[in-house]
Amino acid sequence: MSTQVEAQITGSVWKIEVTVGQQVGEGDVLVILESMKMEIPVEAPTSGRVIEIRVEEGASVEEGAVLVVLE
Amino acid sequence: MFRRVLVANRGEIARRVLRACRALGVEGVAVYSEADADAPHVREADHAVAIGPSPARDSYLKVDTLLAAIRSSGADAVHPGYGFLSENAAFAEAVAGVGATWIGPPPAAIAAMGDKATARRLMQEAGVPVTPGTDVLSDVEDAAAAAARIGYPVLLKASAGGGGIGMVPCENEAELRKGFASATARATSAFGDGAVYLERLVHGARHIEVQVAADDRGRVVHLFERECSLQRRHQKVLEEAPSPAVDGPLREALGAAAVRAAEAIGYRNLGTLEFLLGPDRSFYFMEMNTRLQVEHPITEWTTGVDLVQLQLRLAAGEPLPFTQSELRQEGHAIELRVYAEDPAKNFLPSPGTITHLRWPSGDDVRVDAGVENGSKVTPFYDPLLAKLVVRGATREAAIARALEAVAATEIEGVKTNLPVHRRILEDDGFRRGRMSISYLGELMKRPAG
Repeated sequence: MSTQVEAQITGSVWKIEVTVGQQVGEGDVLVILESMKMEIPVEAPTSGRVIEIRVEEGASVEEGAVLVVLE
Repeated sequence: MFRRVLVANRGEIARRVLRACRALGVEGVAVYSEADADAPHVREADHAVAIGPSPARDSYLKVDTLLAAIRSSGADAVHPGYGFLSENAAFAEAVAGVGATWIGPPPAAIAAMGDKATARRLMQEAGVPVTPGTDVLSDVEDAAAAAARIGYPVLLKASAGGGGIGMVPCENEAELRKGFASATARATSAFGDGAVYLERLVHGARHIEVQVAADDRGRVVHLFERECSLQRRHQKVLEEAPSPAVDGPLREALGAAAVRAAEAIGYRNLGTLEFLLGPDRSFYFMEMNTRLQVEHPITEWTTGVDLVQLQLRLAAGEPLPFTQSELRQEGHAIELRVYAEDPAKNFLPSPGTITHLRWPSGDDVRVDAGVENGSKVTPFYDPLLAKLVVRGATREAAIARALEAVAATEIEGVKTNLPVHRRILEDDGFRRGRMSISYLGELMKRPAG
């Protein structure tokens, strides 16, 4: 089963903290978004393996956009 | 006076400066990024120049583009507002280089106060009290020895820093040893300069600042204090003037220290000295803001002085139009910063489109807003939507007006921190004037109601 991790806010992708294939634990920071001069970490809702990263650093994202897919 | 002033900023402060230009019969030039093409400040200016893509680093922070805008618009002066390039000495110098006047202090004063360790040393030399602390530390052993001498708790701070970024509080030596590495790393990544220094941490302190103004002849006056203790994540939320903790003698001592500080560095134009005020009434210099402050309206409403018009006049070479003894602080004013952030989601920013907007009105309410009905609040800039400013004959009257102003404000489409303002204004501790810098953080941890 895969889990889609979404942006909780409209902003831009400041940093991507993981790579495809990496094993992550629940609460690990996957991506850091930037919005209104604040850094907003996006955490893994469950543990799993990163199978897809759908954004690039610097990209604009809307609230609800899928950033990372975990398995 | 100038003929045409370019405002190198956006939002509410760009509108505020353009208003002052109009009042003085000066033409205003707005600059705008792609995201701000339909913004009110662009419409309200006499001329407007596009300066590039939405991210601030590609537009409002882009020195070359701004210099080109100054040249092409024929502006003979530049007002930087606050934030962005307002405390960038190199930009101030470059503005002079293209033949325009910088509406602010000399670049050397900006540079001296921008380096926090240098600023501390200069203030000490001028006889202005600073918190017990150090110069830039060479390494962790140096830090440990200095902290033992000063006494815990201490605060590690980035020398090139500001806005609380890179500050690490340490209760003991173990925390200091751990904190030194992270403070250095954070300072390097945020400011490109890993230099850190130490200060004694003053528990229960308030943040009190003093407004100063200086003319070309070297005359300096102060326009009294503002109480800015109510902060979250080092971001001010509610300010008031006068401070409920400052009486006549203390006001005089703070004012005299601020004037001495400005004189010592050959300061010109408007500036603000930030002090920590301890529970024992001792006060210490923290830093100087070499620009207009966000919260300047509460000083305007308690002194009757239009600070932005004063900035323009001073920059144009006019003398201060008053002496210290002619200045009075009367009544009470409160500023509420309205931020697009969601208190229910740990103050997550809340971009969106404003679908409904109603501001309070009346003689004792002033709204400095950057947005209007239909405005898009984008993720590119800081979350300040507006400042609600109220005044009353007494602090109690001003608090009552502030509560009315919050109740009369309607904002839909984005979440705001208005409920937090209501909580503060209704809180017993605030109403008694018992605040410190940690007050708001503690209030937010308590269950509501």
